Amino acid sequence: MADATDSHGSKPPRTDAAASREIRFRGGGFRPQSNRWAGIAVFIVLIALVEIGLRQGWISALTLPRPSAVGATLWQLWESGNLTRHLFPSLSRLAVGGAMGALAGIAIGVAIGLFGLARAGLVPLVAAIFPIPKIALLPLFVIWFGIGEGSKYALIALGTFTPTVVATFGAVDNVDRTLIRMGQSFGLTWWSIVRKIVLPGAMPGILSGLRVSLAIAIILLVAAEMLGAQAGIGAYILEAGSLYDLDRLFAGVVILSALGVTLSWAMGLLEKRVLRWRA
Amino acid sequence: MDLAVEGLGHRYGGTEVLRDISLEIPAGRILCVVGPSGCGKSTLLRMIGGLERPSAGRVVQIGEAPATSLNPLTFVFQDFALLPWRSVAGNVSLVLEDNALPRARRDAIIADVLARTRLSDFAHALPRQLSGGMKQRVAIARALAVDPAVLLMDEPLSALDAQTRELLMEDLIGLWSRTPFTAIYVTHNLAEAVRLGHRIAVLSRRPGQVREVVEIDMPLADRQAGDPELEAVQARLWDLMRDEARAADAELLDG
Ligand SMILES: Nc1ncnc2c1ncn2[C@@H]1O[C@H](COP(=O)(O)OP(=O)(O)O)[C@@H](O)[C@H]1O
Ligand SMILES: [Mg+2]
Repeated sequence: MADATDSHGSKPPRTDAAASREIRFRGGGFRPQSNRWAGIAVFIVLIALVEIGLRQGWISALTLPRPSAVGATLWQLWESGNLTRHLFPSLSRLAVGGAMGALAGIAIGVAIGLFGLARAGLVPLVAAIFPIPKIALLPLFVIWFGIGEGSKYALIALGTFTPTVVATFGAVDNVDRTLIRMGQSFGLTWWSIVRKIVLPGAMPGILSGLRVSLAIAIILLVAAEMLGAQAGIGAYILEAGSLYDLDRLFAGVVILSALGVTLSWAMGLLEKRVLRWRA
Repeated sequence: MDLAVEGLGHRYGGTEVLRDISLEIPAGRILCVVGPSGCGKSTLLRMIGGLERPSAGRVVQIGEAPATSLNPLTFVFQDFALLPWRSVAGNVSLVLEDNALPRARRDAIIADVLARTRLSDFAHALPRQLSGGMKQRVAIARALAVDPAVLLMDEPLSALDAQTRELLMEDLIGLWSRTPFTAIYVTHNLAEAVRLGHRIAVLSRRPGQVREVVEIDMPLADRQAGDPELEAVQARLWDLMRDEARAADAELLDG
C-alpha cells in the first residue's frame, strides 16, 4: 500500500531493472508501405543476373536471349518505326473492344443490380458465359464477324464484358440502401437516384472490376492477333516465335508487360481522381 | 398542415410489429415517440413518411402543405445518410436539383440553411472530414433546404456522444424557436423526449401500441437539463416503459 501512495507523489517514475520494463511494441506489420524502388530493384537484379549468366555460360543461350540483345532489338524496332506499326493497331483494338465490353458490361450490370427481371434473366446467362475461355470462341467470331478487325473487337469485348458485369452488379448490390431510401424520401426522380447515388456508390467496385477486365483484354488481344493479323504485338510475337527469334520474342513480351504496367498505372490515376472522396 | 395516423397496424411476415396506432400531429408542434428498441418506431415513421405501406390503417394529411414546401414530409436519419462523394454544399444541393429552381435561388437556399446550421465555413468539406455532430447538422441543413411541412426524425442524435447530443439538442430548440416546425421525433432516449416534445407518445414493446400520450406544457426554450418538472415527467415515462423495455430486451430478435 505504501508503494501505491508513493506512485501518486511527485517522485520520478521508477526505472530500476528489476521492476520496470518498457511494454514491447506488437502492433507492427500488415500494412505494406509502397516503395517503388524495391520493385525496380527486383527487375534490375533479375535482368543483371540473366545477362551475367548468359555471358558466363552458366545459362544456356538456347533458353534465354541476352537482355542487352533484347534491348537492342527494342531500339531497332523504335528506330525503324515498326514499333508504332505494331503498337498502334494493338492499342486501337484494345480501346475499341475494351470500351465496347466495359460499357455494355456496366450497363447490363447496373440493370441486373436494379431490376429483378434482368437479374433473374441474365445472371444465369452471365454465369454460363463467364467460365468459357473466350479464345476458344475466336474461330466462331471469325465466321461471324470476318477475319478483320470485327472478330478481334468482338473477342476483346466479350472478354471484358463478363467480369465487368459481375463486378458492376455486385457493386450496385453493395450500394448503401439507406442512401437510396434517403433519395426517395426527398422525392428524387428514379433517374437522379441512379445517376447521383447508385452509380457513384458503385464506382469503387466497378473500377476494381475494370482492372481485371483490362488485364483479360490484353491477354485476348494477343491471342486474337496471333490468329490472323498482319500487324500488332501478338502478330509480331507469333512471327518471332515461329522463327525461333528469342530476341524479338522477348522484345514483344517486354512491350506487353510495359503496356500492362502503363494501363494499370493509368487505372490507378483514374481511381485516385474519381474516388477522391474516399479516405 | 396536420397529420393523423388512424388505426395503423403492420406485420412483417408472421411478426406483428405495430397494432392499432392512432396519433395526431398538429402543425407547429413536436411529437416525440418513445418505446423500447424493436417496438416498431422506425417502421411507424417510414409509414408516416410514405416509404413503406402499412398492412392496416392509414396516415392522412389534413390541409394542404404550404406551396413553398418542396418536400412536405422530410426525413432526418439516425445514420445521417450523407453522400460521401459530395461536399456539404453538394449534399444539400442534391435535394434541390430535381426542382426547377433558378441557379441563384438554389445557391441562396444552400447558403441560408448552412448559415442556420452554422456550417457556412464547411461548405466545401467532404463528409469524412466532419465529426458526427457536424454530419447530423448537414443532414438537418439538407432537410431544412426543402422547406418541409413536417420533419420526420428517426433517432437523429443516437449516433452521437453525450456532449454533441446536448449541443445539437440546443440547436434544434433554437431552430424551432425561431421558426416553429412540425416534427415527429423518434427516440429511445427519454431525456431527449422531455426536452423536445410538446407531446410524447409511449409505445409498448412489439407489437407496438400506444400506451399513453403525455403532454408537456412548458415552452421548449425554458426547458433545461435537470429541471425538476421535466425530471418528474421523465421518471413517469420510465415507469411506463421499464417493464416493456425489460421484456423486449429478453426477446429473441427474430421471434
Ligand atoms: N424490412 C423488415 N423486414 C422484416 N422485419 C423488419 C423489417 N424492418 C423492421 N423489422 C422488424 O420489425 C421490428 C421493428 O423494427 P423497427 O421499426 O426498426 O424498431 P425500432 O425502430 O423501434 O427499434 C423489429 O423486430 C425488426 O426486426
Ligand atoms: Mg429504429
